[in-house]
Amino acid sequence: MTFYDEILRLKNTDYAAAFERVTPSQIARILAKTELQPQDFLALLSPKASLALEEMAQVAHRLSLRHFGRTILLYTPLYLSNYCVNHCVYCGFNATNDIQRRKLTLAEVELEAKAIAQTGLQHLLILTGESRQRSSVSYIKECVSVLRKYFSSISIEIYPLSSEEYAELIAAGVDGLTIYQEVYDDNIYGKLHPKGPKRDYRFRLEAPERAGQAQIRAINIGALLGLGEWRSEVFLAGMHLAYLQNKFPEIEISISLPRMRPQFGDYRPEFPVSDRDLVQSILALRLFMPRASITISTRENAELRDNLIRLGVTKMSAGSSTAIGGHTDAKDGIGQFEISDKRSVDEMRKTIANLGYKPVLKDWHDLNLGVKKDNETVSIS
Amino acid sequence: MEDKLEIGGRQVESRLFMGTGKFADYRLIPEVIKASKAQVITVALRRVDFGTPEENMLNYLPPGIILMPNTSGARNAAEAIRIARIARAAGCGNWVKIEVVSDQKYLLPDNFETVKAIEVLVKDGFVVLPYMSPDLMAAKRMAEAGAAAIMPLGAPIGTNRGLKTRELIQILISEINLPIIVDAGIGRPSEAAEAMELGAAAVLVNTAVATADNPVLMAEAFAQAVEAGRKAYLSGPGATRHFAEASSPLTGFLRNERSESV
Repeated sequence: MTFYDEILRLKNTDYAAAFERVTPSQIARILAKTELQPQDFLALLSPKASLALEEMAQVAHRLSLRHFGRTILLYTPLYLSNYCVNHCVYCGFNATNDIQRRKLTLAEVELEAKAIAQTGLQHLLILTGESRQRSSVSYIKECVSVLRKYFSSISIEIYPLSSEEYAELIAAGVDGLTIYQEVYDDNIYGKLHPKGPKRDYRFRLEAPERAGQAQIRAINIGALLGLGEWRSEVFLAGMHLAYLQNKFPEIEISISLPRMRPQFGDYRPEFPVSDRDLVQSILALRLFMPRASITISTRENAELRDNLIRLGVTKMSAGSSTAIGGHTDAKDGIGQFEISDKRSVDEMRKTIANLGYKPVLKDWHDLNLGVKKDNETVSIS
Repeated sequence: MEDKLEIGGRQVESRLFMGTGKFADYRLIPEVIKASKAQVITVALRRVDFGTPEENMLNYLPPGIILMPNTSGARNAAEAIRIARIARAAGCGNWVKIEVVSDQKYLLPDNFETVKAIEVLVKDGFVVLPYMSPDLMAAKRMAEAGAAAIMPLGAPIGTNRGLKTRELIQILISEINLPIIVDAGIGRPSEAAEAMELGAAAVLVNTAVATADNPVLMAEAFAQAVEAGRKAYLSGPGATRHFAEASSPLTGFLRNERSESV
């Protein structure tokens, strides 16, 4: 059994009928519960629940405070390569796009690492396009061996791998996996991924489970909002999260809700998601999965990001660039998508502190390494 | 009256232990510790940023405290052992609070893996305080493995739900010949006092203080509650009664017999 079987079952969900049945008193009862069931989560995503947004926000705020305190974990993405064989209609790295393709040399990786480490960040997310030839697993491993000298936690956001390949990268020093299904609706998925290995919906859907079997420490999943109808997409992403939590209770799970941003190319989201919809999604997820981390990236603007902090977001990217070499090269190539919140890591740290929260730079310690202390590494037997 | 707590050969002045997670600002931590009068302070090694002075939590701890690094993030015995050794190598001393959590949903500790970690770390010279689910048999194994104290949870970590495991903790206090320190779940000073009245040797508090609107004032309140609870325990509170004392007792007729025989 994998989440694919679960998806086949959930496909029969009649969202319209389920939303029709929701009543205000049902929402009030759900808000008073200590543990929510899937049908409660679905009710919180209904149009009627949007009338109780403030009440949901109050509960979400209390839950987040209790489980995470006043803390926001910061990380930044590092793009290693933009070579890609996929034809994702909505993506700036689409193989048919005429953009300059490049991958970082190990020396360049080190330069980027130094520039990022200077901001104080300890959590890094490395990304590549999908090209097993240009950015192979062994290339990624080499990059990780350079990067782990500078960062205490390294996550990957790359093409889906086999369990053995995940194990290889974990042994090399990777501790987290980010992989978005992009869109859970398989019909839309087929239309948006017309060519390339990414066409395989199921191989991508089961990737987090393969990383789980390889005993990765943390998994972050998500749906790219705008590609499908958001209420059902968020519901399925939340169900995926719950499935992973039950199957791998030892793994730290988190979810991202990236909204489509303008990118190179002319795709425009078919199902626009308003700020209000995004907030309802975050609140429903927080209530359904109180201990899961919720990530919001620099795709969102500064003002909205600041307001989301108190509603249940616990992880944020900062000082981001989606271009290859973007942390050292001021000229900046064409990125995967446009950054909206352009504040530096330093500005983000100050803003979060001013909002009464602690910007956390380190939340994990690479157990295979010793301790860096006074510029000396203390090794452990 | 002399009432000292001794753990791992050290005298501990305060029976309130403090955690350092979830604070909005590290600069609050020294103030909170001062107000709480806590001496034993636990810090998650995974969050200690040794490379950056202003981000290094250890730099905010006042001198004279007993540092108790914890193994938060460990999913099994091997990882807990590894974290404990890294902490010691980094100069955090030889006390360690073992936290092995293989369940991120409820964050309940894994007693089996914890016992394994204690066995190794005690032999390795650590003073080991295990965080655990209050189970008598597990506590006995932990004591046999050489734990310096036992730290049962009052309720799942971070829930602020109080002494939900009261009956089980009571049994540990009666049966285990080690300090029993209630860790996790205590949300209010009154619940800390309740644990101390039961006979707990100490309590460890974090979320309740860190997430209060005024953490420093809350720390002070906990200090007073722990002290009050301890004094109540030492003074031997009167037994509680389920019924009011009957004015016409059913065994009153026996009184005459007793006075005659005396």
